[in-house]
Amino acid sequence: MKTYLPYITLTILAVLPLLGLSSYWMHIAILVIMWSVIGMAWNLLGGYCGQVSFGHAAFFGVGAYTAAMLYNKLHLSAWWGIPASVFVVALFALLLGYICLRLRGPYFALATLSIGVIMRITAENLVGLTNGDVGIQLDKRTWIDKTWYYYIILLMAVGAFVAVKKIIGSKLGYYFVAIREDQDAAESLGIDTTRYKTIALVISGVITGLAGAFYMNYMGYIDPKVVFALHDISIITIMVVMVGGAATSAGPVVGAVIMVLLAELIRSIPKLGTAHHTLFGVLLIVIIIFLPNGIVGDFSKIRNLFRTRKAAP
Amino acid sequence: MSLLEVKKVSRFFGGITAVKDVTFEITKGEILGLIGPNGAGKTTMFNVVNGFHAPSRGEVLFKGERISGLKPHQICKRGMARTFQVVKPLQRMSVQDNVIASAFLRAKNKAEAEGIADEVLTFTGLAANRDVISKGLPLGKRKRLEIARALATRPELLLLDESFAGLNPSELEDSIGIIRKIKDRGITIMIIEHHMRVIMSISDRIVVLNYGEKIAEGTPADIGKNPQVIEAYLGEAQSA
Ligand SMILES: Nc1ncnc2c1ncn2[C@@H]1O[C@H](COP(=O)(O)OP(=O)(O)OP(=O)(O)O)[C@@H](O)[C@H]1O
Ligand SMILES: [Mg+2]
Repeated sequence: MKTYLPYITLTILAVLPLLGLSSYWMHIAILVIMWSVIGMAWNLLGGYCGQVSFGHAAFFGVGAYTAAMLYNKLHLSAWWGIPASVFVVALFALLLGYICLRLRGPYFALATLSIGVIMRITAENLVGLTNGDVGIQLDKRTWIDKTWYYYIILLMAVGAFVAVKKIIGSKLGYYFVAIREDQDAAESLGIDTTRYKTIALVISGVITGLAGAFYMNYMGYIDPKVVFALHDISIITIMVVMVGGAATSAGPVVGAVIMVLLAELIRSIPKLGTAHHTLFGVLLIVIIIFLPNGIVGDFSKIRNLFRTRKAAP
Repeated sequence: MSLLEVKKVSRFFGGITAVKDVTFEITKGEILGLIGPNGAGKTTMFNVVNGFHAPSRGEVLFKGERISGLKPHQICKRGMARTFQVVKPLQRMSVQDNVIASAFLRAKNKAEAEGIADEVLTFTGLAANRDVISKGLPLGKRKRLEIARALATRPELLLLDESFAGLNPSELEDSIGIIRKIKDRGITIMIIEHHMRVIMSISDRIVVLNYGEKIAEGTPADIGKNPQVIEAYLGEAQSA
């Protein structure tokens, strides 16, 4: 059953648009899949390699702005942003890795946090390139209907899922986990920790950037506050993985479903305003206390909880 | 032929002199014991040899090449592996995966890495524990895992930092047997050990450190009757 689960999920996802969902629900489905992709990317670096990034919005935003600027400055289709972002984000990640990866643990986390903020401020101020706070808008999106967007992001998700799975089963995966568990031990076992952390960062960044480039095409509008957002991108990315289960292959998908639905739910509560940040924060604390390994990681715990309930008279 | 040459090595930490002007060599194929009271600088010596610390003064040569200044992973690649006094298992990985991770250094693919791991696990008597998550391993086995992991990198020189500390008598016998078998494979060993009976019986030569300085060097028989060594150890016993 467990080995078939990805295939069953994929089949359901492949036929989902044929069920004639409303535009709203298609939008939700697209967001869920996009967040799965970002979660998978973060999970590779944070979950498997143990390098916790608080700045994944930087990659997302650079990917999105690559697409936006190709359109705005070079008058190309924003879809070119998808292949182009791979190179741009890879270069950006290399630079970032050079600066941040010599730092360990909380220092790395703080460095990435500030990079995310720096990128937002930079994008706000390089008005000539980015239009600053005004943002960049596509004159018209490629499709009104959401079906193609859905299949494109689904294809990306399948690609990311397979890629992460392959990497984790290979030498790279062993090295990533070894670095997470003990960097000094890894070094002394002949692992070039700086090099392999950089590889993890670049792969993670590139996948996140691809999601960003997709986002630009799908939403048709970005500005610095949206794509370089600390809370709405960087923190949510971490929550997707923590809630779903770090260092598990299904975790980011489960986490994305829950976080997106929850965000919609909380948003639909009237007069809540920015208090939804508070609600998210409380949720995160609850999850970390009761399910430190996330829903997938602690699945047996959850199952036992229901079992004992049933067994009780 | 000298496999390792430590030349006038000193290492300072702020005002502390952990190792002071130490010189010695290791010949290919021998077991060199490194002994000394607590805080004598033995582990620091390992850290300098294996690249965790650069020497403050002096240099280290491995197979004739200057290695001080290289990183641990570069030194490991050149054929030197170590264990840690405070064991550092890759906690949330199985015993087998710990060893596979280090076997990848020489293996061309995963099948080959698994092959090396199988062989090493059998050799070190950990085959039955292969699927245990290493966090749950008892201390004796964890010390053994340190050795297994180091061996999987196919070293020419193996540095063992108190691999016997905390073992019960039967584990101790097993481990001594393993060290002898490693030597029979032609692997050179430098070993730090507090257990006098063990170090005297397995070492070909012994280097003694005290307060960071080398105070004696020779065969176990010589060291056993060296007055300075006796005093260093008695002094420790009295102050303890
Ligand atoms: N990273 C470090 N920073 C500061 N001081 C250190 C460091 N490493 C070792 N020292 C100091 O250097 C001295 C030698 O320590 P070392 O660990 O090398 O001794 P040792 O011979 O291995 O002792 P033991 O038998 O207790 O393991 C000690 O005074 C120790 O406090
Ligand atoms: Mg020591």
